[in-house]
Amino acid sequence: MPDKKPDLIDQKLQDLNNDGVDRRGFLKCMAWAGTGLVWTLSGGIPMSRAFAKGHDQTAAKGGDFTFVQISDSHIGFNKPANPDVTATLQTAINKINAMPHTPDFIIHTGDLSQLSKPSEFDTLDQVLKGASAKQIYFVPGEHDLLTDNGEQYLQRYGKGTKGSGWSSFDHKGVHFVGLVNVANLKAGGMGSLGHEQLEWLEDDLKGRSASTPIVLFAHIPLWTIYPDWGWGTDDSEQALSYVKRFGSVTVLNGHIHQIMQKIEGKVSFHTAMSTAFPQPAPGTAPSAGPMKVPADQLQRVLGITDVNYLVSGRSLAVVDSPLADSGSSASENGGPGRS
Amino acid sequence: MTRTNVWIVGLATPVMIAMLLLFAGSPRVTANDQPSAANTEVKIDNFVFGPETITVAVGATVTWTNKDDIPHTTVSTDGVFKSKVMDTDEKFSHTFDKAGTYPYYCTIHPKMTGKVVVQ
Repeated sequence: MPDKKPDLIDQKLQDLNNDGVDRRGFLKCMAWAGTGLVWTLSGGIPMSRAFAKGHDQTAAKGGDFTFVQISDSHIGFNKPANPDVTATLQTAINKINAMPHTPDFIIHTGDLSQLSKPSEFDTLDQVLKGASAKQIYFVPGEHDLLTDNGEQYLQRYGKGTKGSGWSSFDHKGVHFVGLVNVANLKAGGMGSLGHEQLEWLEDDLKGRSASTPIVLFAHIPLWTIYPDWGWGTDDSEQALSYVKRFGSVTVLNGHIHQIMQKIEGKVSFHTAMSTAFPQPAPGTAPSAGPMKVPADQLQRVLGITDVNYLVSGRSLAVVDSPLADSGSSASENGGPGRS
Repeated sequence: MTRTNVWIVGLATPVMIAMLLLFAGSPRVTANDQPSAANTEVKIDNFVFGPETITVAVGATVTWTNKDDIPHTTVSTDGVFKSKVMDTDEKFSHTFDKAGTYPYYCTIHPKMTGKVVVQ
């Protein structure tokens, strides 16, 4: 897609600097609830609205498109927090298949498996085969590189990628970069991208127009959420310095099995729910281990994330939906609500 | 009388503080700090190696058991030993034949660290 109106973006950025929008107050109101909330990035200005049923109707013209993020399937996990993770992944795929517009592709942000076993990857493949979207992009989670230094993961899911599985691609004018921050982790540290990948990233982004919307995705959050539990990436600062000049940057992560988001200037950070089991909010439990919720609540804290890209506003709207059909009112719902 | 008492208290306090500091500064005396040639257990629970530091005699075997619902590893920072991935209730043992300090961590959750001191 040719970049038609870079001046429009610049204008919007100026508006941002003049601060016509009270971003702080706006963020404060952004309570996340089980049924999700849409946020839209328009030239760096975040806007939000409650997730209404009609959100899909705005997509589907011109170069507009939708893609879906799923995460942390942990195929092979069978403990009380969810004895049947294959079934909940299947529910997630059913939900994707029921979307009014078939997403252009799916991004899986890692922890496909629990123990990197061939049988676990086989089961995952079997379920994903039934998805309406045929193209699926992957980045590994730490659970996917437990054997052979990740060789098996690379053979199955990393074709055409570099290093431990990083790569980039363009889709209808948006530049997507899948990063790996779960390989060669150092004692005492958090997630790590490493020198080689950072160099590659800098090079990959070089020469691209600042008006190109950028989507970075990786398993562990690229922002520090809770260092005590390792919920962050030691060298993410450097990676983010390379995207500073872009007008719209969306960062999609998994790993923490709950929705969290932050907007910093033109960069929007977002973590997705798991399709397998929830994890506690930072610091609310002795450890980050799987959280057991009553069986009838489980599907409210698992979910998928679909992202709509609207050419008109060069915007990305991120919608989180739990697996269970819950009421129409987002605010009345339980789920991992936070403000 | 009052004056004397005040003086004694005034002298006693720094002495007591000094003694407390002395104790705090020395390693805590627990069963695990007595070098043991017998087998020693480390439990992995709630993403923590417990006890975090153990002291054993040369020739002792240390066994780690994962009590979490999430897999962990026990890997020497200096490449001396390396467990396979331990799922729930799985174990890993290593025998320490040389004196020294052996720091280790979980390669999946690198915030988890521990130390084996061999005397």
